[in-house]
Amino acid sequence: MGKIIKSVVCPICGCLCDDLEITVENNEIVKMKNGCAVCEAKMVHGYKSEERILEPHIRKNGKLVPVSMDEAICKAAQILTDAKYPLLFGWTSSSSETQHVGVELAEELGGALDNCCSVCHGPSVMAIQEIGIPTATLGQIRHRADLIVYWACDPWSSHPRHVERYTAFTEGRFEKSEFKGYVQKLKAQASQKKVALTMRRTQVRYQQADSQAATVEAPPQSLIRAGRKMVVFDVRKTMTADVADYFVKVEPNKDYEIFGAMRCLALDQELDVDVVGGVPVEYLREIVNVMVNAEFGAIFFGLGLTQSVGRFRNVEIAIALTRDLNRKTKFVVSPMRGHFNVTGANTVFAWQTGYPFALDFSQGYPQYNPGEFTANDLLRRGDNDATLVISADPGAHFPKSSVKNMLKHPLITINPDWNAISRLGDVVFPAQWCGIEQAGTAYRMDSIAISLKKVVEAPKGVPTDEEIIRQILEKVRVIKAQKTEKVEKLDDFGNKNIAGGN
Amino acid sequence: MVERKLRVTLITGRTIDQGVGKELGKGSQEYFDNVAVCFLDSGDIKKLGLKNGMNVQVTSQFGSVVVKAKKYPHGAMSGIVFIPCGIWANVICSSETDSIGMPTFRGFEVEVEPAPDKPVLTLDELLKQEFGK
Repeated sequence: MGKIIKSVVCPICGCLCDDLEITVENNEIVKMKNGCAVCEAKMVHGYKSEERILEPHIRKNGKLVPVSMDEAICKAAQILTDAKYPLLFGWTSSSSETQHVGVELAEELGGALDNCCSVCHGPSVMAIQEIGIPTATLGQIRHRADLIVYWACDPWSSHPRHVERYTAFTEGRFEKSEFKGYVQKLKAQASQKKVALTMRRTQVRYQQADSQAATVEAPPQSLIRAGRKMVVFDVRKTMTADVADYFVKVEPNKDYEIFGAMRCLALDQELDVDVVGGVPVEYLREIVNVMVNAEFGAIFFGLGLTQSVGRFRNVEIAIALTRDLNRKTKFVVSPMRGHFNVTGANTVFAWQTGYPFALDFSQGYPQYNPGEFTANDLLRRGDNDATLVISADPGAHFPKSSVKNMLKHPLITINPDWNAISRLGDVVFPAQWCGIEQAGTAYRMDSIAISLKKVVEAPKGVPTDEEIIRQILEKVRVIKAQKTEKVEKLDDFGNKNIAGGN
Repeated sequence: MVERKLRVTLITGRTIDQGVGKELGKGSQEYFDNVAVCFLDSGDIKKLGLKNGMNVQVTSQFGSVVVKAKKYPHGAMSGIVFIPCGIWANVICSSETDSIGMPTFRGFEVEVEPAPDKPVLTLDELLKQEFGK
């Protein structure tokens, strides 16, 4: 009989679901309750897969060979101190305690420090800095929101329990779950499919929905009923759109225009056009009416806004629409943060340095400039001459040209498993899985700090990423002190031309 | 009429299967099966004369990659193809950030053509081909 651990926090996405029930037998997770499919893949299978890194490796003659932890720490520290401008990237699947030490290391090295936010919601952070954000915790939304708008995101795929725990399908104190209504809708759709199939079989000409019918449908009557409603805006119909009351198909890269039109309509202005971004204005008017008549509305937006043309301006105008709606009702807006502690990386970097990402310490003090100190810009220009990647996989999630430039210089990786970037590393460290083998703090997508639990012991000899960063930091300080001492000795011999120890 | 090539807009993003594959391990069969794919509209599949599961070559001005074609399961999206985020998609994405740090991961034009004779490279093969490691 295994040991059951309750209220375990899921260390995968920004939802940080904290109701998992884990069964542990012989220091191994054998069963998990309440989690989503992605959670089960990691917590029950993935964390102990054959892909696990169990010892440090260094690339010698083109091949990664196992080495001792001391040798790997020395090599990594030497690479980072020899580099004129190292980039430290990742941090979003690490605990906030690790992120805190990471800032110290970047400062000591005088390098660049960036987190995965720069390739997900970095533009959202910039938009929030521009215009502010009227937002709320997920708890508030769960209990009060009667209109949920998902814009350019597919939580059913990326945050599988978001709808179930925080929005349409959750039983709130003041708003009830719409799950039963969804089941009824599914039954109705199944009946419609049966009818359609029968009609095809009986040679009755039946026009099936295909690419010719890919236009936006009119808003359904269900949008004006009482209770929770869900509207999805996206360039393609997604799994989330399948469960929504209304799906609005927008043209790619036209979100800004649609937000602009909705702002006009929310402020009772008339538009001179009939269609905006592929959506008829009369439909937009009806949607805005539903928004204005909501008692508490919430807009969640995803990477469809931050990665499309317009980037942070798309988010800025989404926030501006929310601000306009607040003149007439209560509306909030929130980004769908991805990695489980990407919000923590922004928070920790901000309270340590004043800035949430895209940091530079080359002048001895923190500077912030997205576009200059963001990882992809540094790599595009070839500015950095060494890279440390921790708890991230730019090998799989950066454009090819950025990775090519990264590999022109030494690469140090700290990850629990052989992901793409670990396979490309020159010094490869193993690490414990944060939230499974290591306790720590993480920030949910609404900036609520949550304590992650340790549920099993890590394999022998595998340290936490915090311990590795601390050891590298200590070694860097020793190497720098030795260099300074060497320079001072030379000065004693009267050689005045030797530069400082850095 | 079957067309040789189709110019479409590329969207990359998450799928639940990509999430499961990623957590099982980047070298896992599940990851390969669910990420090295390109979802097309059923009408576009007909235009190219493709069969479900046939290999297609997706080419942008930044690179080219061979992935498996699949019919998009959630309705029509004529003129749009969807590749789950991962190394196969990123081979054809641009690192242009418009000076704000975010590369161009979606919303740009690509060409899709049938490639029945070209293989879909595994993660290790693709890393070797693109980065020599």
